[in-house]
Amino acid sequence: MADVVKKATRHGYSEGLVELAAKHEDIICLDADLGHATGSLVFREAYPDRYIETGIAEQDLIGMAAGLARTGFVPFANSFAVFTAGRAFEIIRNAVCYSNVNVKIVGSHSGITPAGDGGTHQCIEDIAAMRSLPNMTVLSPCDFNQAKLMAEVMYEHQGPCYMRTSREPMPIFTSLEDKIELGKAQVLRDGKDVCIVATGVMTCLAKEAAEQLAAEGIDAALLNIHTIKPLDMDSIKAYTKKCGGRVLVCEEANMYGGLGEAVAYGLVNEDGISFDHVAVMDRFGQSGLSGELLEEYGITAANIKEHAEKLVKR
Amino acid sequence: MTVSELKEKARQIRLETIEMVAKATSGHPGGSLSATDLLVALYYSKMRLFDDPHDERRDRFVLSKGHANPPLYAILADKGYVDKDELNYLRRLHHPFQGHPESNKCPGIDCSTGSLGQGISVATGMALGFKLKKADNQVYAMVGDGELDEGLCWEAFMAAANYKLDNLTVIVDRNMLQLDGNTEDVMAHGDLKAKFEAFGFATDVINGHDFEEILPALDKKAEGKPHCIIAMTVKGKGVSYMENNVEWHGSVPKGEQLETALKELGGK
Repeated sequence: MADVVKKATRHGYSEGLVELAAKHEDIICLDADLGHATGSLVFREAYPDRYIETGIAEQDLIGMAAGLARTGFVPFANSFAVFTAGRAFEIIRNAVCYSNVNVKIVGSHSGITPAGDGGTHQCIEDIAAMRSLPNMTVLSPCDFNQAKLMAEVMYEHQGPCYMRTSREPMPIFTSLEDKIELGKAQVLRDGKDVCIVATGVMTCLAKEAAEQLAAEGIDAALLNIHTIKPLDMDSIKAYTKKCGGRVLVCEEANMYGGLGEAVAYGLVNEDGISFDHVAVMDRFGQSGLSGELLEEYGITAANIKEHAEKLVKR
Repeated sequence: MTVSELKEKARQIRLETIEMVAKATSGHPGGSLSATDLLVALYYSKMRLFDDPHDERRDRFVLSKGHANPPLYAILADKGYVDKDELNYLRRLHHPFQGHPESNKCPGIDCSTGSLGQGISVATGMALGFKLKKADNQVYAMVGDGELDEGLCWEAFMAAANYKLDNLTVIVDRNMLQLDGNTEDVMAHGDLKAKFEAFGFATDVINGHDFEEILPALDKKAEGKPHCIIAMTVKGKGVSYMENNVEWHGSVPKGEQLETALKELGGK
């Protein structure tokens, strides 16, 4: 068997942005002294004059990006998810979303997979925080290739965008030829027994789980949610219905306010729904090895499989 | 405009400010009146403006202390950017003069502000944008002295000096009062001039109510450095009982007090 290529979404996005910048001179990349970690340093190498370093000042990162947008640039502001969606939340709210200016924000190191850094740096709240903002579009690509495509999706969309990316190198399973439509779920697998709705790195784990389920005769549908807001409830409803109302949402985020609640909200008036959720159960992260953390927090491929089996047996 | 014309304009704007706030029954008269002469100097003498408030060639103004909006709104109406009748609808549903400036609702507002510290950060980004475009637009930003408590201001000041934004002028409305009291009691600022200089700004301290000092200060430019004007002002300037009285930060005059204010400002 050929070695599976593993790469992180943070690097897919950075690579995509550099390629995009060749076509669009109005793109500016900003980082708050985390370029080595977010991956944005490749932009600095390619376009030093269009790379703005704000120092370790995430609030100013967002404010400056808003100012650049107001002078006609398309700024992409980068830092860890916990520092953009977290620390700079209210700047994003007022200077970007309330003002409705064309700023793109990318939060890397989302979820618990940036394992070594521990709970301070593991952002499990960004989906909830960012989707609560009017005018905000929230993106969450599932692998390197999709993150690369997302740079252009963000650029083409007029208005505030937040994208969460991951530190963790994961298998690449989507294609650069995929047609990614903002606000449309990507159907990775059709099925009739259980509808798995997943986002970010969890999509990769859900795909693995779905393949194992198939071997046991459970036919799972798998929807990859690269756009968390606006959420494609039409597809989610259709596939859930096809799967007898059984739906399992998987996200590397806290159980509250994220994709799980968004899906549940969208299904609450439908008949005969059986809902389950693989997510972080309302506790902070901690240091460990990344595999250990996924296990500790109950969000591995095996956990997804187990939850799906229970749903089918319910 | 001559200095005497500017003074007369400032009187009118102060009068309209009090009328607006009284009609709205809410607002921030104290910090509006302290900022008025500086705003008048900018909009009637110094800024490059056009009939179209969206003209890309215009200089930009960011009222980072967004609560001091009534005099700015009065100016925008006077300039013809917004219908003058809107002065009757400050802080009203579906009207452009929101409680804090909103650029999508009000022509002539270059940046939505009100959450303190953010305007200066956005203004810094704008000035950087013009530098990158090699455009000669000047960016003016006004911050309150109380607003300087916000750490974001100082992040932005550091960036302004780092990027040598000599197209940015920061005006500090130094009226020495904020909601909970004297700025030096709430959170002492100490030697602000030394602080700005240490942060890399060319810094001047002027009387913020004297056009003979305001106008030349606004003309000053230091190559490769952002410029800071610490304008010493009087909160509530122009209405005797409001002057230097923190009670008028966010209170609205009514009845006899309103009559006195209007009379002192040369109204009916």
